[in-house]
Amino acid sequence: MTARREAIVRVLGHLRDDAGCLFKQLIDLTAVDYPARPERFEIVYNLLSLRHNRRIRVKVTSDDATPVPTVVGVYSVAGWFEREVWDMYGVLFADNPDLRRLLTDYGFEGHPLRKDFPLTGYVELRYDDEQKRVVYEPVKLTQAFRNFDFMSPWEGDPGLLPGDEKAGRG
Amino acid sequence: MADVEIKNLTMNFGPQHPAAHGVLRLVLEMDGEIVERADPHIGLLHRGTEKLIEYKTYLQAVPYFDRLDYVSPMCQEHAFALAVERLLGIAVPARAQYIRVLFSEITRILNHLLNVTSFALDVGAMTPLLWGFEEREKLMEFYERVSGARLHAAYFRPGGVAKDMPAGLAEDIAAWSARFPAFVDDVEGLLNENRIFKQRSVDIGIVTVEQAFDWGFTGPMLRASGVPWDLRKAQPYDVYAEMDFDVPIGKHGDCFDRYLVRMAEMRQSLRIMEQCLAKMPDGPIKTDDRKVSPPPRAEMKRSMEALIHHFKLYTEGYHVPAGETYAAVEAPKGEFGVYLVSDGSNKPYRCRIRAPGFAHLQGLDFMSKGHMLADVVAIIGASDIVFGEIDR
Repeated sequence: MTARREAIVRVLGHLRDDAGCLFKQLIDLTAVDYPARPERFEIVYNLLSLRHNRRIRVKVTSDDATPVPTVVGVYSVAGWFEREVWDMYGVLFADNPDLRRLLTDYGFEGHPLRKDFPLTGYVELRYDDEQKRVVYEPVKLTQAFRNFDFMSPWEGDPGLLPGDEKAGRG
Repeated sequence: MADVEIKNLTMNFGPQHPAAHGVLRLVLEMDGEIVERADPHIGLLHRGTEKLIEYKTYLQAVPYFDRLDYVSPMCQEHAFALAVERLLGIAVPARAQYIRVLFSEITRILNHLLNVTSFALDVGAMTPLLWGFEEREKLMEFYERVSGARLHAAYFRPGGVAKDMPAGLAEDIAAWSARFPAFVDDVEGLLNENRIFKQRSVDIGIVTVEQAFDWGFTGPMLRASGVPWDLRKAQPYDVYAEMDFDVPIGKHGDCFDRYLVRMAEMRQSLRIMEQCLAKMPDGPIKTDDRKVSPPPRAEMKRSMEALIHHFKLYTEGYHVPAGETYAAVEAPKGEFGVYLVSDGSNKPYRCRIRAPGFAHLQGLDFMSKGHMLADVVAIIGASDIVFGEIDR
């Protein structure tokens, strides 16, 4: 089920209290990143009704500038879930009382679960024996990170394969 | 005498603390010895599992699930396997389903043994932990015999299980489960009427039904508050629908009730295990769809097609039809769910892991309000916190 972003608090409140729904538990709140879409983030609310033994997924969309209204007032558990989505995707939640980073390091920059964030990250840390403290350095890889393309050339990706850009030259 | 303004003391607890069950950093605001506010700082064990899974094929993602909650590995593989099977639309043979249920229950006992006994250690009783580890060792031997690994089994695969049970294992599990109730009696004899244990756990960290719903509690934490909700009963998966067992619930929602619920659940798990062993049919242990599960070694020696299937499965993996699903299992700690989004390729587009401990740890703040510092340790112990799954 898809909801409008502005109405999400009302929708979830209705789903929680209406006698035909009674979705008393917010089991999960997460986001999915689709960089190609104009509103790239899809925020997914996963609700559970113990009375009717049903689950429902409610979705809203957003981008990295538009805040989504917080649902902490409806389900207290949303507090940390929203912090995690902010941390991992950089989706803002308006009026969340405590929107700090949750899982990443103190002073971390970037939002690691976005599709454009590299798997290896940007910084690595080690203990420096001379400075007697942990130092942060840019990631150095002894071998480039390889992501193999498994699409079959017959049925698969119609896009460019590595090396195709040379075909027109020479 | 003039009024003296007393400022609250902010205290740091952890991240390296034996009672924190891992790497939990708590910032506590104390009024004397009374906790006013508890702010858990988590993420010290964050490994980016969800991101890593996006770069692995579906089969390569299985071992990551062992490493989430490293006290109950197989239950989490179960959730992932169910999610992938639902997207692929494949059925699992009966024998594999029985083996999965059998080992899920072994996992539940494995988890509760660690939790109950280490909770007892947190509040001052050392003996149960030492006894519990002896039993855990026997159970991990069963793990090892069936999968080759004591802890990180990678045994439940989408489509079935990795290997059949070796000869003699069923008899050994049956022999063990006949002896185990005596152990549960012993631990209950030590703790149930133990004055110190009851002083430390009764009426500590009370959670009402409304609070439990509001804060997303599941599993024993919800049942201790008196809600008879168990996914194995309510939304049965694999062969749980055929099993006869009871769902124990508590009355008060305090730490002592959580302990009692877990002890009762161990006895119920034994019942399920015995039924599994009695009813387990013969037959294949994984689906015979060669696009998903690898062919047997002997067939690969003779059949070219089998060899190609094997090669494709272990390099490219299988392609999962585009779609999304949410599969949840009743893990020992509560509802463990996997929200899987597939774009039709051989790697998950998004794999969200819903860990029960995450919600429980968030509830620590309201559970510990107004309690003594030492009670925070009891609440952490009773809410079954394991950082592998919380930090992911």
